[in-house]
Amino acid sequence: MEQIILFAPLVGALIGGFGWKLIGEKGALLVTTGLLFLAALLSWVTFLTFDGTTRHIEILRFISSGSLDTYWAFRLDRLTSIMLIVVTTVSALVHLYSWGYMAHDENWTHDEPYKARFFAYLSFFTFAMLALVTSDNLVQMFFGWEGVGVASYLLIGFYYKKPSANAAAIKAFVVNRVGDFGFALGIFALFFLTDSISFDTVFHHAPDLAKTNITFLWTQWNAANLIGVLLFVGASGKSAQLFLHTWLPDAMEGPTPVSALIHAATMVTAGVFLVCRMSPLYEFAPAAKELVLVMGASTACFAATVGLVQNDIKRVIAYSTCSQLGYMFAAAGAGVYGVAMFHLLTHAAFKALLFLCAGSVITAMHHEQDMRNYGGLRKKIPFTFWMMMFGTLAITGVGIPFSKDFFGIPIGFAGFDSKDAIIEGTWASGSMYGFWLLVIAAAFTAFYSWRLIFMTFYGPEKGDHHAHEHAKESPLVMLIPLGVLGFGAVFAGMIWYNSFFGNEAIMSHFFALGEHAAPGQGAIFIAPSNHVIETAHHAPVWVGLSPFVAMLLGFGAAWVMYIAKPDLPARMAAANRPLYEFLLNKWYFDEIYGFLFVRPAMALGRLLWKQGDGEVIDGSINGVAMGIVPWFTRLAGRAQSGYLFHYAFAMVIGIGVLMTWMTLTGGAH
Amino acid sequence: MSNLLSLITFIPLVGAAILALFLRGGDAAAARNARWFALAVSVITFLVSLKLLWGFNPADTGFQFVEDRPWILGLHYKMGVDGLSVLFVMLTTALMPLTIGACWSVETRVKEYMIAFLALESLMIGVFTALDLVLFYVFFEAGLIPMFLIIGIWGGKRRIYAAFKFFLYTFLGSVLMLVAMITMYVQAGTTDIPTLLQFHFSAGPFHLLGWQIAGGVQTLLWLAFFASFAVKMPMWPVHTWLPDAHVEAPTAGSVVLAAILLKMGGYGFLRFSIGMFPIASHLLAPLVVWMSAIAIVYTSLVALVQEDMKKLIAYSSVAHMGYVTMGIFAVNQQGVDGAIFQMLSHGFVSGALFLCVGVIYDRMHTREIAAYGGLVNRMPAYAVVFMFFTMANVGLPGTSGFVGEFLTLMGIFQVNTWVAAVAASGVILSASYALYLYRRVVVGDLVKEALKSITDMNLREKVIFAPLVAMTLLLGVYPSAVTDIIGPSVKALVTHYDTQVAAAFPTTKTATQLAKN
Repeated sequence: MEQIILFAPLVGALIGGFGWKLIGEKGALLVTTGLLFLAALLSWVTFLTFDGTTRHIEILRFISSGSLDTYWAFRLDRLTSIMLIVVTTVSALVHLYSWGYMAHDENWTHDEPYKARFFAYLSFFTFAMLALVTSDNLVQMFFGWEGVGVASYLLIGFYYKKPSANAAAIKAFVVNRVGDFGFALGIFALFFLTDSISFDTVFHHAPDLAKTNITFLWTQWNAANLIGVLLFVGASGKSAQLFLHTWLPDAMEGPTPVSALIHAATMVTAGVFLVCRMSPLYEFAPAAKELVLVMGASTACFAATVGLVQNDIKRVIAYSTCSQLGYMFAAAGAGVYGVAMFHLLTHAAFKALLFLCAGSVITAMHHEQDMRNYGGLRKKIPFTFWMMMFGTLAITGVGIPFSKDFFGIPIGFAGFDSKDAIIEGTWASGSMYGFWLLVIAAAFTAFYSWRLIFMTFYGPEKGDHHAHEHAKESPLVMLIPLGVLGFGAVFAGMIWYNSFFGNEAIMSHFFALGEHAAPGQGAIFIAPSNHVIETAHHAPVWVGLSPFVAMLLGFGAAWVMYIAKPDLPARMAAANRPLYEFLLNKWYFDEIYGFLFVRPAMALGRLLWKQGDGEVIDGSINGVAMGIVPWFTRLAGRAQSGYLFHYAFAMVIGIGVLMTWMTLTGGAH
Repeated sequence: MSNLLSLITFIPLVGAAILALFLRGGDAAAARNARWFALAVSVITFLVSLKLLWGFNPADTGFQFVEDRPWILGLHYKMGVDGLSVLFVMLTTALMPLTIGACWSVETRVKEYMIAFLALESLMIGVFTALDLVLFYVFFEAGLIPMFLIIGIWGGKRRIYAAFKFFLYTFLGSVLMLVAMITMYVQAGTTDIPTLLQFHFSAGPFHLLGWQIAGGVQTLLWLAFFASFAVKMPMWPVHTWLPDAHVEAPTAGSVVLAAILLKMGGYGFLRFSIGMFPIASHLLAPLVVWMSAIAIVYTSLVALVQEDMKKLIAYSSVAHMGYVTMGIFAVNQQGVDGAIFQMLSHGFVSGALFLCVGVIYDRMHTREIAAYGGLVNRMPAYAVVFMFFTMANVGLPGTSGFVGEFLTLMGIFQVNTWVAAVAASGVILSASYALYLYRRVVVGDLVKEALKSITDMNLREKVIFAPLVAMTLLLGVYPSAVTDIIGPSVKALVTHYDTQVAAAFPTTKTATQLAKN
C-alpha cells in the first residue's frame, strides 16, 4: 500500500506528461487527478491505522561504495504519516482545483496544449515530495529535496514565454542550491563520522557526536553542532528562511495552484520536516538549536514587516508563508518538534486555503493581482469571501483564551491552537528574543491578513470598472477544495491539539516516544533534559494571553487604517517615506545580493576568461610555440593539401595490419 | 587464452581498412554505403563487447581476458581488463554507434570521416585494454592522429588553429611520458603493466641541482605522467585547448572528445599515478586536489559568461573533470568509485549535450547563444531532452550526474574539508550557468524570424538520444550496477596505495585520524 502511495503520482506524471497525446488532455487530467485522490485516500488509511511502530520497506539498492550502503527505502513512522496526509491531501485538492483554474489561460493561444503538462508537473512534484518525506536515509531525502526543487523550477517557469517567470525559476533553483550546498556538506560530515547516512545508524550515534570534535575548514567544531548548522543551511534554502528567502516571493510567478501546493503547504515545509526528522541529532546540538530558533523567530518577524506594505495579493501571502515557516523553525529550535509539526499541519490547511481563495479572487477579477484594484468583492463572490475569512481567522489565531481549562482543548481556529503553542514553547525554552519577536510578528500577521481582507472584500470598488462588473463566483471544482480546506482551517487545531502538544500522555503515544527511548526509537526524540513542553504547559497567564492581545492590536490597526480612515495609510507612507520604501523594497535584499554576488560572479567570470585563459595561459603557451611557428605553418599547409592525411592513415592502418596479423598467428599457437 | 579483447579492439580498424580499400567512388551512394557500413561495424563491436561485460567477474581484482603474445623486438603484445578499465571499454563501444549516427548529415569526404572514427574507436579501446607500456603508448598517442584530422579537416572556420593547439598541448605531455616509460623500463626491466604495478619504484629522496626531491624517482616519473594526463583530462591550467578544440570540432568529434578521449587521462591517473607511484601520489595529492577545486570554480565562472554554446559546455566539461581528479586523488573508496562513475556519467551526459548543440547547429549553422531563444515553442521534444541533460549536467539526484559528484565530494571531505567546501560550491555555479544557457536558448517567446520555421527533432535524432536518456536514468537510479563492478578493483587499488604509503611514512596519521579528534 505504501508503494502505491509513493508511485501513483509518478505513474500519473508519466502518463500525463508523455501519454496525453494518446489519451487526450481530458484523459491526462483524469488520470493524474484520479491517482492523486487514490494516494490521498490510502494516506489517510495509513495515518489513521498507524500503530506507532517504525517500519522500514526496502525497495531497491541505491548508491553503495565501500562502507556506504544506501537503499531506496520507505520509512513509515508518525512523522512520515503526518506528511503523507498533508502532501497527498493538498495535492489532490490542488489537482481538482486546477481543473477550473487552468481551464482558460490567457497566457496561451487556443491551439497550444498546456494542461497535461501542468498536471504532469504537479504529479511529478508530489512524487518527489513523497520520496522526500518517506526516505529512510539522507541521500534519498536529498533526491526528493532536489526533485521538488526541479518541479518547483518547472512550475515557476510554467509560463515560459514570460521573461519574469523564467528569471524567477532560475533564481529559485540557484538559491535553493546554496542551501543544498550546506545540506550536502552536512551529509558528508555525518558519513565521515558515523560511516552511514541511514537515519537509524545516524540517530544511534547522535550522543557520541555530541562528544566528538571535527576539524572543518579553519577550526575545530563540536560535531553535533556543526552538522546541525550545515543541515539547517539546507533547511533555510528550501524553507525560505532569512538570507535565503529571496526566491519565494518571486516564485509567485507560477500559476496560483502551484503557489498553494508547493510554495505554501508542502515543499517549503521540507526544511521544518528535516529539522524535526533530525531531532535526535538536534537534541544533542544545543548551539545549532539556538541558531534555528533565532533564525526562525527573526524570519517570522522580518517577513511579516515586508508583508505589511505589499500590494500584490499573492506576494502578501508569500511573505506570510515565509513568516509562518519562521514560527515552525522557532518551535523546532525551542525543542518542541511536535508543535513545529502541528503548525506545519494546520498551516498547510489554512495557507493552501488562502492561496486558493486568492486564486479564486484573481480568476473573478480577470487576472488582476493588485489589491488596490479590488474592493467590495464580498457580495460578488460570497463563498470565496467566507472561506478566505476562515483562513484569515485561522492564520491570525482567533479563539477563546483559556477555554482549554474548561474543555480540555483550546476552542479556536487552527492557527490559534498551533501558533499559541509555538509562542508558549519558545517562552518555555527561555529565549526571550524569540518570544517577543514572535509576539510582535503575531500583531503584524493580524494586520496584513486583515488588510488583505479589507482591501479585497470591503470598501468601494476600485480599479477597472469592467472587471468588477463581470466578477463572479468560481466554478464548483474550485469551490469544493476551498470547502474541504476551510473545514481544516477551522477544526484541524482542535482535533489534534492534544496529540501534538496539549496532553503529554497522548502525545507520547502519538509519536511513540516511550519512557526511556533511545534516540531514533520514536518518530521524534526528546532528550530527558528537555522539559520545554512541561514548562510551556505551566506558562503564566500573560504569556498565554500575549499573542491574543497582539492579534487584537493588529486587527484594530488594520480596521482603523482600511475601514475607518482609508486615507490614513497614504498619509503614513508619505510621512515615513524611507521606512515605507525600505519595507516595500523588501529590505533591498535583491539589490544587495545583486551587488555582492551576481555581478561580481559575472565580472570574475569575464576576467578569468579573457585575462586568465586568454592572456596568461594562452599567452605563455603561444610564447613557447613562437619558436616553432614557421614549422607549424608549413605543416598546416600540408594538412590542407591532404598529404598529412594520407601519411597518418598509412601509419594507423599499418599498425592495425601488424597487430591483426599477430593476433591471428598468435591465436594459432 | 581468448581473443575477445583483440577482437573488440580491432574490429573497427579492420572495418576502416575495408572501407579504405574496397569502397570506391565519391557519389551519394558511396557515402551512404560508408555510413551504413561504419554503423554496422560499430554495432557489431558493441555486441561483441557485451560478451566481455557478461563474462567479467567483478570479484576477481586481477586482470581478466588476458592475452599475452610475443611481439616485435622482444616486446609483448599483452591485453587485459580489470574493474578499473572494463567499463571504459564498454563506454567506448556503446557510444560509437551513436556517434556515427550523429554524423549522418556530414557530406564532405564521408568515407574518410567514417574511417577516422572507426580507427579512433580501435585506438581508444586499445588504451583501456593494453597491458604493456609500449602498446599503451602506441594507442595513447596514435589516438591523437584521427582526432587531429577530424578537427583539422571537418572542423569549423578556425579548425587549423584549434587542431594545432590540441596537438601541441597533448604532444608536449606525450614526450615527457615517453621519457618516463623508458626510465621505468630501465629500473624495472620490463614493460609489463601487471608486473610494474607490483614493482616498488624507488622513492628515497635525492638531490637534483641543489634541490631535494622528496619521493625521489617516483616523484619525477609521476610528474612526467602527470604532464600527459593532466593535459588530456584536461586540468586547470592546461585546459585552454579543450574549448577551442570543441568549438571547431564537428558534432561527432566533440562527442567522442568529451565522452571518451578525456577519460584516458583519468584512466591513466588510476593505472599509473596511483597504481605505480603511490608515494609520489601521496606527496603530490594536495596539489592535485587543490588544482581540481580551483578548476571547478574557475571554469564554472568562465562558463557563466560564454556566448558560444559549445564553449560553455566545454568549460562545463573541465569543471566536471575537476571532480574526477579530485576523487582520484582523495584515494579512498568513495572518491575513486565516484571518479570512475563521474567519468562514465560524463560520457553519456556531455556526449548528449554536444549532440543537443548539434541538433540545432545542423538547422541554423550557428552556435551563438544570442541567435536562439524560445525554441520550446517549435521544438517541444528537443526542449524536453535538453532539459533532461541540463539537469543531469547539474547533478540532479536520480540522474547519473549526481552519483559521481556526490561520491567524489564525500571522498574528498574525509581528506580535506576546505577542498570539499570549495568544490561543493560548484553545484551552485553549475546550476547557474546550465540553467542560464537553457533560458537563453530554449525558453522565452519565439521572436527571431530565422527560427520561425525550425523543425523539431526527427526520428534519427530521437533514436540517438533514447539510449543516452536510458543510461543516464539507469545509472542515476541504480548506481550499484556500476559500483558493484568497479568496487573490488578500486578497493584493491586503495589498499595497495595505503599499504605503500603506510610503509613509507610510518609515523604519518591518516587524514581521517587527524580530522576526527
